[in-house]
Amino acid sequence: MIVLRYLVEPGFFGSEPVHIALAVGAIVAVTSAVVGVFTVTRGQSFAGHSLADIATTGGSGAFLIGINQFWGYLAFGAGAAAFMEMIGIQRRRGRDVATGVVLGAALGLAALFLYLGTQYSTTTGASFSILFGSIFVLTPSTVPALIVSALLALVTVAALGRVLLLSSLSPDIAAARGVPVRAVGAAFLMALAVSVALSAVIIGAVLSTALLIGPAATALRVAKGPVRAMAVAAGIGVAATWLGILLAYDSYYWPPAGRGWPVSFFVVTLIVGGYLVSYLRPRPPRAMAQESPDAEQVCSAR
Amino acid sequence: MFGPLMLNTWIAATAVAVIAGVTGFFAVLRGSTFAAHAIPNGAFAGAAGASLLGLNPFVGLAVFSVAGALGIAGLSRRARSDVATALTFVMMLGVGALFVSWSSQYAQEAYSLLFGEVFGVSAEEVLPIGILGLVSVAAIVVMFRPLMLSSALPEVAEARGVSARRMELGFLLVMALATSMTVPVVGALLMFSLMIGPAAAARSLTARPGLAMALSVVIALVTVWAGLALSYRSDWPLGFFVGMIGAAFFLAGRAYAAVARSARRAGKTFPQTARSLRYLQLLAFPRREQGPGEKDFRLLPGVSRWRGAYSSATGATIRRTRPAGCSTGWPSTSAGTWSSRTWTRFSSAMTSPR
Repeated sequence: MIVLRYLVEPGFFGSEPVHIALAVGAIVAVTSAVVGVFTVTRGQSFAGHSLADIATTGGSGAFLIGINQFWGYLAFGAGAAAFMEMIGIQRRRGRDVATGVVLGAALGLAALFLYLGTQYSTTTGASFSILFGSIFVLTPSTVPALIVSALLALVTVAALGRVLLLSSLSPDIAAARGVPVRAVGAAFLMALAVSVALSAVIIGAVLSTALLIGPAATALRVAKGPVRAMAVAAGIGVAATWLGILLAYDSYYWPPAGRGWPVSFFVVTLIVGGYLVSYLRPRPPRAMAQESPDAEQVCSAR
Repeated sequence: MFGPLMLNTWIAATAVAVIAGVTGFFAVLRGSTFAAHAIPNGAFAGAAGASLLGLNPFVGLAVFSVAGALGIAGLSRRARSDVATALTFVMMLGVGALFVSWSSQYAQEAYSLLFGEVFGVSAEEVLPIGILGLVSVAAIVVMFRPLMLSSALPEVAEARGVSARRMELGFLLVMALATSMTVPVVGALLMFSLMIGPAAAARSLTARPGLAMALSVVIALVTVWAGLALSYRSDWPLGFFVGMIGAAFFLAGRAYAAVARSARRAGKTFPQTARSLRYLQLLAFPRREQGPGEKDFRLLPGVSRWRGAYSSATGATIRRTRPAGCSTGWPSTSAGTWSSRTWTRFSSAMTSPR
């Protein structure tokens, strides 16, 4: 009992912000894990991170013209995804360049919006809270929007399912079998944009990227098959998030500042640590995340 | 606009544009745009840590950007590079969040690191930027040939004894060096857009590597000068103009490439501009004749190695300057040196789109 009290600061389970943080963290972790497995397999980590940054730009733009920020996130996320798909070449290198160009333009817009915003109001710390966010200062009213967007992303990925997997692993075979590779890729990018945008706004762009890439990359190293990888990734993500929230709550009296350490630091450290631990395994059973996948197996399993 | 107060700004911006044009060209060619985003942005954590310890922020920036380069290169040994970059990046930002939460008055400084304070450059800041710019450009020039081969054709480079891993590490370190000095002046966001947009535009304009790099520098210069002038007049942030102009150049480059491709398909000798550019390039860099000690200079008959490597990486068509059967230009025409199998492997590596 004493040990438990030492581990868990009293009041942890009774506090309202902690309840919301735990629930939101779990939702985001599960969605990110499922979407993240495909993101890592397709090699679109950069797009996943950029969409988070771009969506926050949309949020500040919406704030500037005085409409609900929710629409700003969605409009910018979806618009950027469409742009990337439009100018992006199918090859991996070209895709990252297209992502970079869109991100550069969006960051320029962000600079403008923040400048105009600071001229008309006093939101000096805006850029900072957009980047890092905080899972503890959520308003309960954003939770339904988060759940809806998470469901949207999950349903899209589940509906595309096997087709998406095949076209991620081997676009050529997928195209030969009559899969509209381009359209599938665009639909996935939209789902990614929706899920990443909202999670970035609620828990910060850093944490959103960490939850999207880290657990999925770890799971793809240790798990066999995509479905098991998703389950493992969801487990890792939820565990890291909850443990991070617990540690952040405990750290309130830790040195040096006595204000508590940020959640994002703990969660990121746990996720990266978990990824490094997965290296201890001698060799991955099946290198799904590597370049040469067993596309024929997927094909014949279909 | 060109007064003594603005002079430092113009000099610093010009130096930054040259650095960004040169390093960005390789960042785009190698497809390491994510690293170009991650290193400058993640390095701000170092500045936060340095200000916490009471050190010069340059020290923190340098330490963290080098650490980031080492982390990306180290992790990508066993994982795909985008995953390695993402994890290194979030780790750096997580540590940055921790540092910021320890010090209380950092938010304003963080804003200036992200968006830069190019209009407040002092003379003391210009000198280190210039020196660092020279060092990083010199490093790229020294590494140019192996770096080019390893960026365009990693397998061929490995076969020729150029370690891809070492090249990756070297390039990332140059990028770290370039960003640690420029970030406090122009900001991480501007540095990133200046590296990607002009270089991507230059790559669509021409298939010749040397010319593409020169064009990348020129476009970066035009972008940053126009951005400075517009920003000075309108009082809007420089990052906005640079981001927009860079993206516009990229779109224009892609449009030009598309028009040129369709014209070539229709059989017309379209690109008059390309020809005049090539003429200018020939004036500036006259083609060397092959000397006796340079047997390796040509890999395919009539196609210089760099051009072959570059065009197969970018998908541009290889134009032979000599007929294929011509004996001159082939390394040691004694037939025993190259078996037919080597020949097939090399030629397919050279011509197949990647």
